[in-house]
Amino acid sequence: MAAAAAAGSSPGSRPGDSPEGPEGEAPERRRKAHGMLKLYYGLSEGEAAGRPAGPDPLDPTDLNGAHFDPEVYLDKLRRECPLAQLMDSETDMVRRIRALDATYTIRKMKNDFRKMEDEMDRLATNMAVITDFSARISATLQDRHERITKLAGVHALLRKLQFLFELPSRLTKCVELGAYGQAVRYQGRAQAVLQQYQHLPSFRAIQDDCQVITARLAQQLRQRFREGGSGAPEQAECVELLLALGEPAEELCEEFLAHARGRLEEELRSLEAELGPSPPAPDVLEFTDHGGSGFVGGLCQVAAAYQELFAAQGPAGAERLAAFARELGSRYFALVERRLAQEQGGGDNSLLVRALDRFHRRLRAPGALLAAAGLAEAATEIVERVARERLGHHLQGLRAAFLGCLTDVRQALAAPRVAGKEGPGLAELLANVASSILSHIKASLAAVHLFTAKEVSFSNKPYFRGEFCSQGVREGLIVGFIRSMCQTAQSFCDSPGEKGGATPPALLLLLSRLCLDYETATISYILTLTDEQFLVQDQFPVTPVSTLCAEARETARRLLTHYVKVQGLVISQMLRKSVETRDWLSTLEPRNVRAVMKRVVEDTTAIDVQVGLLYEEGVRKAQSSDSSKRTFSVYSSSRQQGRYAPSYTPSAPMDTNLLSNIQKLFSERIDVFSPVEFNKVSVLTGIIKISLKTLLECVRLRTFGRFGLQQVQVDCHFLQLYLWRFVADEELVHLLLDEVVASAALRCPDPVPMEPSVVEVICERG
Amino acid sequence: MEDDAPVIYGLEFQIHIIDFDDENNIINKNVLLHQAGEIWHISASPADRGVLATCYNRTSDSKVLTCAAVWRMPKELESGSHESPDDSSSTAQTLELLCHLDNTAHSNMACVVWEPMGDGKKIISLADNHILLWDLQESSSQAVLASSASLGGKGQLKFTSGRWSPHHNCTQVATANDTTLRGWDTRTMSQIYCIENAHGQLVRDLDFNPNKQYYLASCGDDCKVKFWDTRNVTEPVKTLEEHSHWVWNVRYNHSHDQLVLTGSSDSRVILSNMVSISSEPFGHLVDDDDISDQEDHRSEEKSKEPLQDNVIATYEEHEDSVYAVDWSSADPWLFASLSYDGRLVINRVPRALKYHILL
Repeated sequence: MAAAAAAGSSPGSRPGDSPEGPEGEAPERRRKAHGMLKLYYGLSEGEAAGRPAGPDPLDPTDLNGAHFDPEVYLDKLRRECPLAQLMDSETDMVRRIRALDATYTIRKMKNDFRKMEDEMDRLATNMAVITDFSARISATLQDRHERITKLAGVHALLRKLQFLFELPSRLTKCVELGAYGQAVRYQGRAQAVLQQYQHLPSFRAIQDDCQVITARLAQQLRQRFREGGSGAPEQAECVELLLALGEPAEELCEEFLAHARGRLEEELRSLEAELGPSPPAPDVLEFTDHGGSGFVGGLCQVAAAYQELFAAQGPAGAERLAAFARELGSRYFALVERRLAQEQGGGDNSLLVRALDRFHRRLRAPGALLAAAGLAEAATEIVERVARERLGHHLQGLRAAFLGCLTDVRQALAAPRVAGKEGPGLAELLANVASSILSHIKASLAAVHLFTAKEVSFSNKPYFRGEFCSQGVREGLIVGFIRSMCQTAQSFCDSPGEKGGATPPALLLLLSRLCLDYETATISYILTLTDEQFLVQDQFPVTPVSTLCAEARETARRLLTHYVKVQGLVISQMLRKSVETRDWLSTLEPRNVRAVMKRVVEDTTAIDVQVGLLYEEGVRKAQSSDSSKRTFSVYSSSRQQGRYAPSYTPSAPMDTNLLSNIQKLFSERIDVFSPVEFNKVSVLTGIIKISLKTLLECVRLRTFGRFGLQQVQVDCHFLQLYLWRFVADEELVHLLLDEVVASAALRCPDPVPMEPSVVEVICERG
Repeated sequence: MEDDAPVIYGLEFQIHIIDFDDENNIINKNVLLHQAGEIWHISASPADRGVLATCYNRTSDSKVLTCAAVWRMPKELESGSHESPDDSSSTAQTLELLCHLDNTAHSNMACVVWEPMGDGKKIISLADNHILLWDLQESSSQAVLASSASLGGKGQLKFTSGRWSPHHNCTQVATANDTTLRGWDTRTMSQIYCIENAHGQLVRDLDFNPNKQYYLASCGDDCKVKFWDTRNVTEPVKTLEEHSHWVWNVRYNHSHDQLVLTGSSDSRVILSNMVSISSEPFGHLVDDDDISDQEDHRSEEKSKEPLQDNVIATYEEHEDSVYAVDWSSADPWLFASLSYDGRLVINRVPRALKYHILL
């Protein structure tokens, strides 16, 4: 039809358009096309157009006629038409034939359909017949069919019965073969039926048999379960089967856990064996790895299997598991702690921290499974405890290092001196001690810093973020160490120092300087370092730097004061012996300064050098130039004589006292053991004060002959010559030496002083 | 002697008896000549107020020897209420020698101590390394050496000081030599205890707590005052470090033993309140016959904390070393101190403290 339309007319022109359409162009063709459509729709052209005088239908040359004879038509064409027309007619013919082809196909199809309809109708009829027949056959077969169905049912029943009857033997076979799963499935299938029909004796018998076998099966399963050679998955399977056999779940729980306990205890035993007393125990990392994979892994498996198997047990079951985990966990922790305790001695934290990290990390899994057991918390607690212990250990280490430094210093001080190498040792020793302690502190800080490293699993616990940093590291370790350092240093002032020689004075001096350095710089440096490394961010109060500095300063002051006392005592003892052991009444006229005085000056000079190594010079009062000589000459001639001259006459003893009292009114009271400042002059002043005061008191306890007095005069002049340069205020030396000579004069029944010039000559000579 | 507090102190060849009239604040001085020599130690008999013992230096031909003797004051000075002449020194009287403690066998007498609370018949003297017990017979006119003991050991051991304990029926004496304290039983003259290195340096003086057995105070050149329980000789009960030079004297108050007086060559006298180790650590205990409302008051007080030990006062009147301090035997709130320059200072316990102790 499409082909016809394409061949016929333009798509826009419809049959109804023709009256208005252009008439003259090709009316013939148009008519033909219409004609063909009409032909197609079964209308004769003549009828449709209603036109009279159509060609004769019997014309053999009429192409559209029923009696068309191609031969005649061709002959007629050949005869009648010239070549051009012939050609036209051929073209026209070809075109027409083409159009005709389509028209013809359509018409043929229409015919075919019509035929098919007929055949379908016939089929329907046939089918109806067949249905009818079939229904009839069905009806005939109905009865038989029912019987067959019944038979099939009986067959199935029989098979079931057969299964039941065979069940005992099957079960036995299964049990023998070890196909426990199969057996349990059989049992499960038969159970209900047997239960239902147990009133029938035969079923009863089967049931009894089955029960016996099942019992045996259960027995075997339990046996297998108990033997436990197989791993946890098989165990779990056994439990599953036993549960399916209707064994009491609670008992199974117990048994399951008991069994698991056996295995875990074995793990624990092997861990304990690793702990053993023998030294080649594996390192702590290995140990925690073993523990982690062996025990903790096992515990995880058990917990998972338990929760899977006994989920139906509800909270009671979970509680049982938690108790189980708690108990074993605590034993595991005990072992771990024992192992960790062995690590306490070690200096290396990195291994320990890694081990703790593993330990902690590992326990987080069962922690999730067994939140009730609180294993993760307990693990965290252990880690915290270990961290605390490590802090304590480091504090001990620092203390020990400090004591070690002190021992080194003592040894260095006690070592026999090589000539000429005496001097510079002290400053070097101080530097060594300071740097050694500082490096120890830094090492300890670095070591404990590992606990707070980001990658460590427990470093984000609140303890490690807060308390560990502030209370543990800053307060406990650093402040604690500085305090203990001060205490250790102070302890040198207290106990054995009384007897003098126990602590070398140089050590006191060195410690004093060390503490002073700490006060000025080191403490704030160390604390800043600590605060930077451990971002202290909690609310705990911390010791302020100033407090610590004050403590250090106080320690330094006490040490230096003690140093002054000790050195003063050494010189005092010399002076005292020299006064006490001499017979001053029968002594000869002085020719020399006594050796002990020279010794005193030598020792004082040595102390001056020693203190000068560590302490700054300090401030003196302004002095007159060449004060030693002039002052003494004044002292020995005018002032001194003026003071004790009247006492020659025993009649006026009160005058002396009056004079000396008046003089004292104008001089400041000398505080013998006065506080020492941190400089050399102050230290030396203190020592000299103590020494001269001792000399004074000792002189007052003796009785002097004339020459005894003169010897004291000489000695004092000598001291005056050499000691003034060491003290802050030389007037002090004058005063004390004045006192000594005046006291000696008072203690002399025959006080005739030596000529000052002679005194000077003797002193200059010796 | 009720109101007056005679104080005796020695100065070259003289003994001054000072009467202090507490009510009128008047001081009277009587001078007794001590012609035997320079006095180094003096102690009065507990039984006879007119009798005293001295240790004195006798200088003879470039030799100094310390002797000891017992003396009697002139009768009229004993009374204490005697009106002294205007110029005491011009009418100096002489002591009557009762007896010498014969020291020919032994050398220098460091000190003489009377038996406390005795009948004034027993006296102990310390001579170098000997401890000598004397019996005074025939009204003290004769001293018989009853027994003696001596320190053995290396070096020149010398007793520096000694005290007779008022406890244990007066059978114990404590002595100091160098840094060591020793206790002696006077019946057997044997050593009962020994505190080695009681002080870092020389022990200058010691005193027994009059109210508390076994308690003993000592002082020395290490500037410390230490309190001992003689049953534990390893360490002191308490240590004071208030002085800045040698401590020459330590004295318990005779009645209120928490009051301890110390004198030092730093020219200071320090009065300390050692309540915690006194016989009344919780304050004055009430007698049974006190009335009930007072009892209530007391119980309140007793519930308080034990009082703190502290320094009550530091007396700085002296310009030179203080060599002697002592409490008045008549008035427990009065004490005197004597320094090198001859200054005698009499002080009272602060009133506030007195009332605190009494009430």
